Amino acid sequence: MNTSIHETKTDKLFKALVYVFLTGALAIVLYPLIYIISASISNPAAVNSGEMWFFPVDITFEGYNLIFENGAIWRGYLNTIFYTALGTFINLAVTIPAAYALSRKDFVGRNLLMGMFVLTMFFSGGLIPTYLVVKNLGLIDTIWAMVLPNAAAVWNIVIARVFFQTSIPKELEEAAIIDGASNFKMFIKIILPLSAPIIAVMALFYGVGHWNGYFNALIYLSDKEMFPLQLVLREILVLQEMSSQSTNLTGSMAEAMHSKQQLAAIIKYGVMIVSTLPIIIVYPFLQRYFVKGVMIGSLKG
Amino acid sequence: MSSSTATSPLQQEEVMNKGPKNQNKLKQEKPRKLKKSRKILQNWQLYIFVLPAFLYFLIFHYIPMYGVQIAFKNFIPTLGIWGSEWVGFDHFIRFFESYYFWDLIKNTLGISIYELLVGFPLPIILALALNEVKDNFFKRTVQTVTYAPHFISVVVMSGMIIAFLSPATGIINHAIQFLGFEPIAFLSDPAWFKTVYVLSGVWQSTGWGTIIYLAALSGVDPQHHEAAIVDGATRFQRIWYINIPAIVPTMIILLIMNVGSIMALSFEKILLLQNPLNLESSNVIATFVYQAGLLDAQYSFASAVGLFNAVINAILLVIVNKIAKKTSETSLW
Repeated sequence: MNTSIHETKTDKLFKALVYVFLTGALAIVLYPLIYIISASISNPAAVNSGEMWFFPVDITFEGYNLIFENGAIWRGYLNTIFYTALGTFINLAVTIPAAYALSRKDFVGRNLLMGMFVLTMFFSGGLIPTYLVVKNLGLIDTIWAMVLPNAAAVWNIVIARVFFQTSIPKELEEAAIIDGASNFKMFIKIILPLSAPIIAVMALFYGVGHWNGYFNALIYLSDKEMFPLQLVLREILVLQEMSSQSTNLTGSMAEAMHSKQQLAAIIKYGVMIVSTLPIIIVYPFLQRYFVKGVMIGSLKG
Repeated sequence: MSSSTATSPLQQEEVMNKGPKNQNKLKQEKPRKLKKSRKILQNWQLYIFVLPAFLYFLIFHYIPMYGVQIAFKNFIPTLGIWGSEWVGFDHFIRFFESYYFWDLIKNTLGISIYELLVGFPLPIILALALNEVKDNFFKRTVQTVTYAPHFISVVVMSGMIIAFLSPATGIINHAIQFLGFEPIAFLSDPAWFKTVYVLSGVWQSTGWGTIIYLAALSGVDPQHHEAAIVDGATRFQRIWYINIPAIVPTMIILLIMNVGSIMALSFEKILLLQNPLNLESSNVIATFVYQAGLLDAQYSFASAVGLFNAVINAILLVIVNKIAKKTSETSLW
């Protein structure tokens, strides 16, 4: 659409305002991100005094060194990788076949089942009854508490189902049935190879959820050896910082706290980056898949 | 539901409501070759496909719904759900009569409504502005950057808030001092808590929230704009009369969902930012349930509070949906 010939003065002013607004939004979002990167490699004293406000000051990698030497962070990292891999695998194994079956028009009872799933988006037993179920199943302090209570998300089943309804040619299914293929065989030989885009989208959505989640670990895990990265981060970024701001300790406790705080001050910006790194790395390449996922969910209806 | 997918579960609801109708049409069009029972037999494997999901929802969603009856009981773990004694509405009454009841309601609604008023319009404005940009590189840059904070975990986000707002070392307080003002203890002053919560949420999710509106805007027929240009409409008039009406249905769906979940405040961030000094304005129903139920092990009482919250929420959702249906013909169901 070429509108440039018709542009009046007010239009030009309006367009300029739009650019100013967007540049402002860009700056507001970008600044904290740049600040974190700069702060993570600057001298902590310069960061805390406010001397460092944009470009790194006295570049040092001491923070990253300490992070790499920190056993808790490493263990958390490995735990998170494990929970994310296992959790996402289970998510996909539950979501993809179910969504496919629910997309089949000749599947008797699909609306009833879908209704049963969707209802849980609006009504739930709540935190305590769910916790009691997990507890009664003996899942507390096991890896299963990290992957089973969120083995599927209704919204993702909905997205995958819409994908199957709209992207798999019905003729393929009919042909396969005429050829005498069973549903299993058809799913594995025909449907799955065509499902790469939706599997990617689902793996991303679920994977980011596992990577970033802390609440399940908070309520279901008490064994520090099993803590995922986000809980380790919570101790470094939230608990110690909060206590330094809101309590007054005395004596050796205070000293111990103080040295911990010094450590936290040096590594806090670094751990923000290290913990988000995998997502930062994949994000630019996979952004369109994320967006696609949201779009399928919003538009195809 | 994972946080990355929370954008609009309900838009989809429409699709599902259309589903059965389409199916009926198909059934009428095609001669019915197969009887229902034969269909079931022939597709028995499809039931195995759904089985894991079925078991998951049964165990982790429907059994807890059954378990919610402990809200009306004096639950003692050794006696089990069934064996515990009924106490009727005792826990609810205790909650309604407690001194913190109105504080919890006030904080829950206060944060939600604040968030709705600030957080709802911004993605719309940003999407409309992005839609005006024809320079692809600039548009993509703004999109990529503003989407990115969506992927920051709530723990890291809270860590950023705490670090940036620290009275002694935070960059924001350094800026405030640079301008000649006194530093503000944002996180230990109850008056600031809601603003901190809402604005950090805006920073994190406004960009991501534009995706759904940009999708709706991409569906606008360019001919409308061409015709409007011929008629001498300004850019602003074209946005006002063409683009905004095009996204109204999306807006209404999202508005219903937002209002309908006003009591279901996402509390993971609140829990992380809460401290004894700001509790006065940061204690909401959800964090209270966590505290009372999991930390103090008052299972029945906490379940009652949670159930109260869920019921209010469900009622709100139904009411808002009804209003939307009456006034605009767009609704969830």
